[in-house]
Amino acid sequence: MVLVVTLLVAWAVRLSGDPAVMLAQGAGSINAQDLANIRTGLGLDRPFSAQYLGFIGGMLTGDMGRSFMGGTSVGLLVAQALPRTLLLAVSGLGLAIIVAIPLGVHAAVKKGGMADQIIRIVSLLGLSVPNFWLALMLVLVFGITLRWLPPSGAEGPLSLVMPTVTLATILAASNVRLIRSAMLDTLSAQYIMVARSKGLRDWVVLYKHALANCAIPLLTYLGLQFGGLIGGALVIERVFSWPGMGSLAFDAVSSRDYPVLQAVVTVLAAMIVAVNLMIDVLYRLVDPRIRKE
Amino acid sequence: MKRFSVDLLIGAIFAGGMILAVLSSAWTFPDGGEAMDLAARVRPPFANWAHPLGTDPIGRDVLARVVAGGWVSLTVGVLSVLGASIFGVLMGLIAGYFGGVWDMAVMRWADVQLALPFILVAITFTAILGADQYFLILFMIIAQWVQYARVVRASVLSLREREFVQAARAMGLIDLAIIWRHLLPNAFGPVLVLMTLNVANNILLESSLTFLGLGIDPLTPSWGGMLADGRTYLQTAWWVSVFPGIAIMMTVLGLNLLGDWLRDRLDPRGG
Repeated sequence: MVLVVTLLVAWAVRLSGDPAVMLAQGAGSINAQDLANIRTGLGLDRPFSAQYLGFIGGMLTGDMGRSFMGGTSVGLLVAQALPRTLLLAVSGLGLAIIVAIPLGVHAAVKKGGMADQIIRIVSLLGLSVPNFWLALMLVLVFGITLRWLPPSGAEGPLSLVMPTVTLATILAASNVRLIRSAMLDTLSAQYIMVARSKGLRDWVVLYKHALANCAIPLLTYLGLQFGGLIGGALVIERVFSWPGMGSLAFDAVSSRDYPVLQAVVTVLAAMIVAVNLMIDVLYRLVDPRIRKE
Repeated sequence: MKRFSVDLLIGAIFAGGMILAVLSSAWTFPDGGEAMDLAARVRPPFANWAHPLGTDPIGRDVLARVVAGGWVSLTVGVLSVLGASIFGVLMGLIAGYFGGVWDMAVMRWADVQLALPFILVAITFTAILGADQYFLILFMIIAQWVQYARVVRASVLSLREREFVQAARAMGLIDLAIIWRHLLPNAFGPVLVLMTLNVANNILLESSLTFLGLGIDPLTPSWGGMLADGRTYLQTAWWVSVFPGIAIMMTVLGLNLLGDWLRDRLDPRGG
């Protein structure tokens, strides 16, 4: 799977334009010989298949090559950017879950009531807001008007607040809906009735007995969402100038920096596949019935 | 049952209102929001009737641009969904009805696509093929037909064994007639729900790609493009970036409400 993606991307980036021309434009007068020299220097004179195999071979041995712009090691660039994107993704997901669980549970318990309606409308709003616009509005209110938070960049923990909230909004909105419907399914089960008739307290029944049984659909959904989560993080990074994988990718796109773009896409694709594998393993931990099969 | 009709009402007002406003923009704002009134730059909103939502730093009317900019979003949203649903439904019908090799081929292909991180590939491809709305539509069709194929296949698989289909076959109807007259109408409900929700999704996707400079040609007025402009004026003219966002939100919220309502209507057990 990862191979298919990298092959597509490697082929596509090469359609996009000649980086040698881009590089040479800054250098004043150029002739065909200069261009050819630059191409040889970057390894672009080799056939596509050789370039691609070289890239895959490098990836497997941990060498991602050098950036066309400035010759920095791609491995180093990725090593700097990836933790920042992961930090954003994890904090966004964490905040979303903290917010979504109590709201989803409450909506399911009070099904059809006032609270359920309000939670439903709010979560639908959260799903309908373009996240980059929400980001802009947060910058406008907290960054520019109130000056409580830095509007962009990555200077200290305060810079993380707005990107996290933006990312968490859409995630929380969709998870509330999911938790609500999963809880509705479990709450009608007989073991919930048993737990209640044992005289257990409401919150023990809800959060210990019922919620545990919502874990499987929730996990499945998180796996499906992870690609979207990363995609969302990339867009949000752009708005807040957060120097993660998204910023790296967009800069690479505009400067035709093939090695960087290929590395970013490959690493993220591999991560998405890895997360889905991890979730398969988690199923077994969460649900003993799957372990037996 | 009451809330269903409230959803329908609000959804129809929001989505219908926005769509009407956008469709009528050819008459209400014949200049397409491009006219510059250099004497009236950076006018704040709600201040005078000439520019109800204010003007941007080069004197363009924000209201006119919001209304005219909706064209692109709606075109992309509707065309991509039409293309993806037509192709996807067709493939789903073939896979579900004929089964065997057809089924294998379509469903394996679908699995590969669903596992791909498509947003990432989308960003890469639109960056490469250039900012063009027809590429974007084509791309969404390629990425999304799978969803329709799966939904249709699932309903066809169960419908195929039902008595009325077997009766139709026993009466000697040809495959095409069975598919067209008996399977398609019965499998169409979930497809309609998916279509409504995907128009909303694709409007969001288009505007965020355009915002990043990877969607629509920046010279065409569009909601995402206006927001990208507005970002640079955030300090001096907040209204330039507030109103296009509200337009997106209303359209998408309206469509989501309609989609939810449709789903509840078609599947009374859920919700």
